[in-house]
Amino acid sequence: MEHNVYIYIFIMAGVSYLIRVLPLTLIRKEIKNRTIRSFLFYVPYVTLAVMTFPAILESTNSVWSGLLALIIGIVLAWCGKSLFQVAVFSCLAVFILELFL
Amino acid sequence: MKKENAICFKKGMQHGIPISLGYLAVSFTLGIAAKNAGMTAFQATLTSMLVNASAGQFAGFNLVAAQASYLEMALMILVTNARYLLMSCALSQKLSPDTKFYHRLLIGFDVTDEIFGVSMAYPGKLNPFYTYGVIVVALPGWALGTCFGVLCGNVLPANVVSALSVGLYGMFLAIIIPPARKNKIIACLIVISMLASFLFAKLPVLSSISSGMRIIILTVVISGIAAVLFPVSEEDKEPTT
Repeated sequence: MEHNVYIYIFIMAGVSYLIRVLPLTLIRKEIKNRTIRSFLFYVPYVTLAVMTFPAILESTNSVWSGLLALIIGIVLAWCGKSLFQVAVFSCLAVFILELFL
Repeated sequence: MKKENAICFKKGMQHGIPISLGYLAVSFTLGIAAKNAGMTAFQATLTSMLVNASAGQFAGFNLVAAQASYLEMALMILVTNARYLLMSCALSQKLSPDTKFYHRLLIGFDVTDEIFGVSMAYPGKLNPFYTYGVIVVALPGWALGTCFGVLCGNVLPANVVSALSVGLYGMFLAIIIPPARKNKIIACLIVISMLASFLFAKLPVLSSISSGMRIIILTVVISGIAAVLFPVSEEDKEPTT
């Protein structure tokens, strides 16, 4: 079955909007259930970690440059560098290493 | 517009400038991902204008490339953007209770990690016009960067594209690693998540599961177990900004 790109875009936009707007409009009081709160709290970390690895190894021309980007990214983020700096230096690390591979 | 609202709007625009510049660079790699998925510059830019979510769009473009089902797309966006649900909950407490309904509808359009962050840092109750100011500066940066990524992605040499394609992963690391430094449970979860993801990608049978479903399954299972075993108390809660 051929899928329509604009339907994909509509779904992405619609679901994203509902997620963002429903709590703002419906839930005027704080969520009390501790398990749901905890689940929502852990979700971003797990989902971003799963998305990052091992995909980062396959995103570059060489596994080794991907691995270096991962290490550089973790070290810089650990040291509290900004989102922008971590992103840029990960890219630079790949670029420089691939000059030598 | 009332004078006070105009001042807030202007202040928001100022705070939107660094966010916009960061978006410009990061969304460039998103444009490359969109191009790889076979999308046009218009389609990718439209998506960025309407969605403005790095992880969500990135996962979404992967599903476009994989020609996944519409249901899979909806579930994927639900899971990758689930954090905005939590942010919007927090943001709802930051608004004055008598904030008009249409303001809630408008602010809800663009809750991102960064815009949420600056909005929560606003002193006292949030004036919606402050957030609008941030949005009108930041969102075009996101959309333009995506557009450039699609248009220039194939003009650039292969090694530059290779380098830029890790930009988003770098950004993800910048979001998840700093809280892991302060919270051992988060640190363990990140390691477990990466290991599990690696095993799912490499082991026979498990590797036949699409990458989209893999992310959904692992996120729900690992976060669910963590929520039951290590419920979060209000004290050790860190905002995800």
